Amino acid sequence: MSTTVTVTDATPPQLSHRLTAARLPRWAPAGIAGGSIVLGCAVGAVADLKSHLQWGLISALLFLVASYAVSASVEGRRQAKDRFATSLVWVAFICAVVPLVSLTFYTVQQGIGAITPEFLSHSMKGVVATLSPDGGIYHAIIGTVEQVLLATLIAAPIGLLTAVYLVEYGRGRLAKAVTFFVDVMTGIPSVVAGLFILSLWNILLGFEYSGFSGSLALAILMMPVVVRSTEEMLKLVPNELREASYALGVPRWKTILRIVLPTAIGGITTGVMLAVARITGETAPVMMLVFGADFINSDPFNGPQQSLPLYIWQQYSQVNNEFGYSRAWGAALVLIAFVMGLNLIARGIARWRSPKGGR
Amino acid sequence: MTSSSPADARGRTPRRRGDSRRGDAVFFNLSRGAGVLLLVVMAAIAGFLTYRSALALGKNEGNFLTTFEWTPDAVKPVFGIAVLTFGTLVSALIAMLIAVPVAVGIALFISHYAPRRIAQPFAYLVDLLAAVPSIVYGLWGVLFLVPHMNGLTSWMDQYLGWTYIFDQSSSGVPARNLFTVGILLAIMVLPIITAVTREVFRQVPRMHEEAALALGATRWEMVRTAVLPFGRPGIISASMLGLGRALGETIAVATVLSTNSKLSLHLLDPGGGTFAENIALKFNEAQPLGRDALMASGLVLFVITLLVNGAARVIIARRKEYSGAAA
Repeated sequence: MSTTVTVTDATPPQLSHRLTAARLPRWAPAGIAGGSIVLGCAVGAVADLKSHLQWGLISALLFLVASYAVSASVEGRRQAKDRFATSLVWVAFICAVVPLVSLTFYTVQQGIGAITPEFLSHSMKGVVATLSPDGGIYHAIIGTVEQVLLATLIAAPIGLLTAVYLVEYGRGRLAKAVTFFVDVMTGIPSVVAGLFILSLWNILLGFEYSGFSGSLALAILMMPVVVRSTEEMLKLVPNELREASYALGVPRWKTILRIVLPTAIGGITTGVMLAVARITGETAPVMMLVFGADFINSDPFNGPQQSLPLYIWQQYSQVNNEFGYSRAWGAALVLIAFVMGLNLIARGIARWRSPKGGR
Repeated sequence: MTSSSPADARGRTPRRRGDSRRGDAVFFNLSRGAGVLLLVVMAAIAGFLTYRSALALGKNEGNFLTTFEWTPDAVKPVFGIAVLTFGTLVSALIAMLIAVPVAVGIALFISHYAPRRIAQPFAYLVDLLAAVPSIVYGLWGVLFLVPHMNGLTSWMDQYLGWTYIFDQSSSGVPARNLFTVGILLAIMVLPIITAVTREVFRQVPRMHEEAALALGATRWEMVRTAVLPFGRPGIISASMLGLGRALGETIAVATVLSTNSKLSLHLLDPGGGTFAENIALKFNEAQPLGRDALMASGLVLFVITLLVNGAARVIIARRKEYSGAAA
């Protein structure tokens, strides 16, 4: 058209050219999240969806769509994609928190009622499990402690020595093979470990069910975990310490025992405790090898024992059992408290005594 | 021995030297022995399971790979792993489809997105999730998750039923199916995938990230161009470690799944089974042949997890060399 039009057209964009593009206010993501949760719950309530999982999923979807749409309309496509990714990451975070919180709360809520002094100090001997709420987990606690202790006594020294071999001596093909198979061994399913001990210890050598044969299977599961964590810790010990020791004429084995291991002892303890926490909750091998018992058997080498995970399983799987669930939850709470406590202590030690990595 | 004579000349007692030599030899052999013992255990596991399986397979009247039933103690022993293989693979696949993206998201959240103040505690929290015993997961799964899944499964049946796999043969049954098992397994393997992925993301060279940001990339573009390509081998191997866990999970599956010996593509129908679950549940009533048959299925599981874990480790090891050269 005419020239005047182009002049008037050209001026406004120059005026609107600021240094930064339009941005959503800082509270926008939180606002969108709040809005979509409200909307999601509203949709869920209106459509009469019974499962709260669906309410959550709808809210999450709304949040993702809304944050993309709002941002795209204000800030442009690139920013919108960025916002979308951020929202996605936050949703993933929520996805992880929800089960953990739900699991913890539900276990505490269901289990706290069952835990009484009597529950902790009695066995199930003479209790008709389906007819009375009596009985307890004393025998299971004793069994678990003994089995885990025995497994640790077997696995920790072997694991420690293997790690020492890999870090301090390990060169060549044997060390490589050990490293690889330790890694692979961490992935052995617990049933397979149980089957192996069964075929070796119980079928071939003819031993009976006992706490100790359970310990053997648990030790197999524990060894690679100990090796891995100890290895990592030994690698953190500064080489200068070793060299200083050698320079003073201290033999190698004494250097390892007196210098290297004490320096890394915090991390090693942590690793062993984490491994203990892991095997404490193993059910399958115990189920196959320890068999379970209603009475107190404090001798892990003779006769069937009980253990906490197995106790939970047995209480749960009894047919027609209104008291079993409560007992199972009580035992689950004790087990989870024990394992998580061990975890927290282990991590506390790791923080407290971690060798400052000197490269 | 020959080198001990100069020591004598310098006035040191030869006995001490001999002691330290012997000490070194003893300690070296002890630690090497421990390493060898681990290898022996691995070999023994493979050997014993193979031996017992061979005994069982010789007496099997059905085809081990294609039979659905598991009745090794019947007069005419028949057992096969078709249903178990299907159930194990499908539930692990569902778990992976859910867990891997979420775990990568969580790892990104901890390493790049979260405010500093919540990143560290949250990392601890995820690690704690790994410490929960699987029997507790099972109990929570069957008494809490399954009732909550019912609404979702009937909705999926109603609106996604046309996909065949989400079609329920009879609606309203408790959701003790492979789909729920997959979700539970996803929750269980989440921490291990997250832990490994997080470590890899943390090793991404700062310079790469800052270069991307300096070129005007948004945070997502930085993640896509700098973080994810660097972390891809880590994500793959972490997923395979998680897969190994999911394949071998026993008691949680045994608690949640309502098992039978039907091979059904309807994932929302109760039924099916997995290797580990089958071993745990059938074990107590099994006669000698039944036990050997279970060992045969255990051997298959062992080999599968061995391959998956071995592959994961090979990928990780390759990554290590690479990043070591870059550091």
